[in-house]
Amino acid sequence: MKSLLKYIKDYRKESILAPLFKMLEASFELMVPLVMASIIDRGIAHNDTAQIIKMGLVLVLLAAVGLISAVTAQYFSAKAAVGFATKLRSALFAHIQGLSYTELDTIGTSTLITRMTSDVNQLQNGVNLTLRLLLRSPFIVFGAMVMAFTVDVKAAFIFVVAIPLLSIVVFGIMIASIPLYKKVQAALDKILGRTRENLAGARVIRAFCNEEAETAGFERENELLLNTQVFVGKISAAMNPVTYIIINIALVVLLWTGAVRVDSGVITQGAVVALVNYMSQILVELVKLANLIIQLTKALACAKRVEGIFAVTSSMANGSLENGSDEDPAIVFDHVCLTYSGGGDESLTDIDFAVKKGETIGIIGGTGSGKTSVVNLIPRFYDATKGTVRINGRDIRDYDIETLRDTIGVVPQRAVLFKGTIRENLLWGNEDASGADIENALRISQAKEFVDTKEGRLDFMIAQGGKNLSGGQRQRLTIARAIVRKPQILILDDSASALDFATDAKLRAAIKGMENDMTVIIVSQRASSIQYADKIVVLDDGAVAGIGTHEELLAENEIYQEIYYSQFPDKKAKAAN
Amino acid sequence: MKDKKKVTDHRSNKDIMKKVLDHIGKYKFFLLFSIVLAAVSVVLTLYIPILTGQAVDCILGPGAVDFDGIWAILKEMAVIIVITAAVQWLMNTCNNKIAYQVVRDVRDEAFKKLQILPLKYIDGHSHGDIVSRIIADVDQFSDGLLLGFTQLFTGIVTIIGTLIFMFSINVSTTVVVVILTPLSFFIAGFIAKRTFNMSKLQSETRGEQTALIDEMIGNEKVVKAFNHEPQVMEQFEEINGRLEKASVKAIFFSSLTNPCTRFVNSLVYAGVGILGAFLAIRGRISVGQLTSFLSYANQYTKPFNEISGVVTELQTALACAGRVFEFIEEEPQVPDAQGAAVLTQPEGNVTMQNVNFSYNPEQKLIQDFNLEVKSGQRVAIVGPTGCGKTTVINLLMRFYDVNSGSIRIDGVDVRDMTRRSLRGSFGMVLQETWLHAGTIRDNIVMGKPDATDEEVVAAAKAAHAHSFIKRLPMGYDTVITEDGGSLSQGQKQLLCITRVMLCLPPMLILDEATSSIDTRTEIRISQAFNTMMKGRTSFIVAHRLSTIREADIILVMKDGNIVEQGDHETLLKKENGFYAKLYNSQFEMAG
Repeated sequence: MKSLLKYIKDYRKESILAPLFKMLEASFELMVPLVMASIIDRGIAHNDTAQIIKMGLVLVLLAAVGLISAVTAQYFSAKAAVGFATKLRSALFAHIQGLSYTELDTIGTSTLITRMTSDVNQLQNGVNLTLRLLLRSPFIVFGAMVMAFTVDVKAAFIFVVAIPLLSIVVFGIMIASIPLYKKVQAALDKILGRTRENLAGARVIRAFCNEEAETAGFERENELLLNTQVFVGKISAAMNPVTYIIINIALVVLLWTGAVRVDSGVITQGAVVALVNYMSQILVELVKLANLIIQLTKALACAKRVEGIFAVTSSMANGSLENGSDEDPAIVFDHVCLTYSGGGDESLTDIDFAVKKGETIGIIGGTGSGKTSVVNLIPRFYDATKGTVRINGRDIRDYDIETLRDTIGVVPQRAVLFKGTIRENLLWGNEDASGADIENALRISQAKEFVDTKEGRLDFMIAQGGKNLSGGQRQRLTIARAIVRKPQILILDDSASALDFATDAKLRAAIKGMENDMTVIIVSQRASSIQYADKIVVLDDGAVAGIGTHEELLAENEIYQEIYYSQFPDKKAKAAN
Repeated sequence: MKDKKKVTDHRSNKDIMKKVLDHIGKYKFFLLFSIVLAAVSVVLTLYIPILTGQAVDCILGPGAVDFDGIWAILKEMAVIIVITAAVQWLMNTCNNKIAYQVVRDVRDEAFKKLQILPLKYIDGHSHGDIVSRIIADVDQFSDGLLLGFTQLFTGIVTIIGTLIFMFSINVSTTVVVVILTPLSFFIAGFIAKRTFNMSKLQSETRGEQTALIDEMIGNEKVVKAFNHEPQVMEQFEEINGRLEKASVKAIFFSSLTNPCTRFVNSLVYAGVGILGAFLAIRGRISVGQLTSFLSYANQYTKPFNEISGVVTELQTALACAGRVFEFIEEEPQVPDAQGAAVLTQPEGNVTMQNVNFSYNPEQKLIQDFNLEVKSGQRVAIVGPTGCGKTTVINLLMRFYDVNSGSIRIDGVDVRDMTRRSLRGSFGMVLQETWLHAGTIRDNIVMGKPDATDEEVVAAAKAAHAHSFIKRLPMGYDTVITEDGGSLSQGQKQLLCITRVMLCLPPMLILDEATSSIDTRTEIRISQAFNTMMKGRTSFIVAHRLSTIREADIILVMKDGNIVEQGDHETLLKKENGFYAKLYNSQFEMAG
């Protein structure tokens, strides 16, 4: 919780004023029993009607001032709590933006989303209640005790015994329930995960008629959540009754003591009534405090979970280099190995090759041979665990990551687009792209044809996840998005898989025809996509199995031959002749 | 869309409340028990001030204290206190149970709904928003419900109980209390009405934010690849700012209820004090009775306080419940026809007759589509990207219904058979691989939950997935995360193929099933496919012409229509044919 407090800093004024006004309100409340005692002892005992009316007006005045203080407090507290949550959410979102791929892999998306949404909301409630009640309630409890001392010291000692007892109960229950609330949250996470999964996989689930199994699974997890909640509920439900017993037994003792004290003439009847009133004020306040504690335990559990995210920091240190040397090769893999965190074996072993500026490189290999892992190292999505990757002659880790990525256009395997217009999606590549740049990118990526048919063309709204476009259309737009940035290095990670051969061929021809001296890396399963590359890297099981041109590889590389002939059986027949 | 929104706006709270109550109805017994407990607890609680008052009356002044009387009263008090506490605990537990069970029920219901919603709904709505309805909104509504229950019952009973006790002591003072308290109601009602729209706006803005979070964090890797963090942040800040404004308003105004009603409460207290004091001077009531009255005055208004607190809490809860129920009441897919046939081991004659279909009425897609496939035939669907190939699959699996025309299997219209048996007759591998969180095995046995280990391994071997699964840390028991985690796209696809291998239904649909698998593996898989497809009607959507050359029928599609239909040889011979062009382009650059 401590580390989160800084987000309330900007609302320091509000968060001090809110409890202050609350305490002001409480002080007025604490005066009420004394006023009442004076009505009984002076007004009733002496038949003094003027005194009664005067004191009655004092009561009304106290109420009015109390109202004003309370409203002021509510306002400051709402402002501080919401402000805090807003800042926290921003910071958390920004923090997540700063995590590297490795951390995103480990934490998982659905956890990140719950923490950003429901956890932060719970925290907001927690802060709001804290500001309003956390100080007020103890203030009244102790205030009542202090007032009791002013009435009668001996009777006040009953308060001195009762209050610590109450604190033990309240805090005991709080400590017992915090870990349980964590469990509740974890169970909730599971349900959330399954719901998301079922939305994303609706087609597959229905195709396999798994609706009932999924529902049964959900019901099971939901039941678990219910049981945990009911169990926690039983514990926290004990808070009110136990405090009730303590307070009322104290009241019984107080009445007895009061009787003795009045009998010996130390205090008046009115004083006993005042003491009784103070005791019942404590009871009312404790009920509130108990509810507050329940909310706070929830909020604290959430705070821990949010802090957990802040505790994860990017494992990637940033460099400061802006430019490398133009003389050196564009990309060098120098005996690079890569092991994913928690991934067990090496995913890449001793990858070693260089790419000159302006070259087109093809990377081919079987499923799981490490093609994507290799290209993920170029924009520094991951860091090599052994060896170095050099861009323009300098270690990739020396570069400022943002500057580095600005020079690289990546088209990932999964064609992800975002809710917004086509134009907005393309501008992701380069904010300052001109209309001509965009048209050009559409032309090169072969997207122009279908974009032209969309209503509003560039202003056509893409639904979330690009659901209103076909797979191939999405892919072409992701390619256009990368081209818009006019990158020095363009990486196509199996990005033409949903395109038919004709379009794929046109795409490659268009990319080749681009004016700037761009280095292009094409990852593909299709031999036809890479066969005209200046150099082809054949990967097998995370290692380089061969490097060369199409002809060289076809002549001597077994794996390449196997791949090629599997796709062009006719050529095999020719080669055999 | 717009019309629907309007309907929701006009939907009254009463309507939502009724639905909430319908859901609580199931727990009548608990509810009844809870009400009885509440009544007992309240009566006992209210009895304490009377006893206190009596005790105070025994303490008149120096030398005038009735110790015997006090002792008897205090003993009675002690017993009542213990009983009250026990009853309170039981009641709280009971209420918790009701509230949490209702939440469980609502979530189950929502989830079941999710399974029968038309795919059109799922494709057309933000997943983040749906998730926030099922999770966050239900939670909010549970919190409101929980507070509501505990406080509403005790509140009402306290009011009634207090009234009775007060009238029994003194009528005129009671009248003062009764006249002043409705003020409290009035204020609470006023505030609640004003707050409802504000909390609705807050809830909607929050939904919007959740959708953004879902989209961006879900695709964080792309965001990073494009250094797009600042822009995303900016978008986030904009919504966050709006949410801040909406929240401050909603929270501040709803939190006004308490101080305002407390003020009325204080006025009542002052009124009782003054009037009671005058009556005491005239000897109409004792000081002890005045004490009882004062604590009643407190207790009488407190439930009003709480009920009004509950009312605001319920406003938020209702706004959330409204969103949840809106989802639950979404129009489900057309249910299976009455007496729908169960398709068992179909031969696999598939006919599509004059089929017209489009996702959106303004954009025509498939028009007058005809196709006849005989049992065991292999149909390849090819054509440029976006020509409607996936749509054909959507229709075959009845993910969407045709707008007109019909699709028949063995002569029976797909709308006249159960979806379950229809879909169970197709084995499907989609372009977008989807895995759920769980073990590799769990993912494989989706179509056949009772498969033995041997069967699973055999299917995995046939799909060439066994060798990579074996190498995973825990083999078939390796737990994968929802999006497949560290598995490559190709490995994920192999798993999806294994799934189909395992259950081997009579018909197959392969939608670019092998696009992410290297050709070497693909050749092996296609051998397995060949065995698998023998005697099975198969539909293959693929861009790789080599894999579909052996098809019996090739459907060449363009702009939602079939432009050519025939086998490879025939189509190639067609001069200037679309297929011939498509096929030759593969060698364009080689030539």
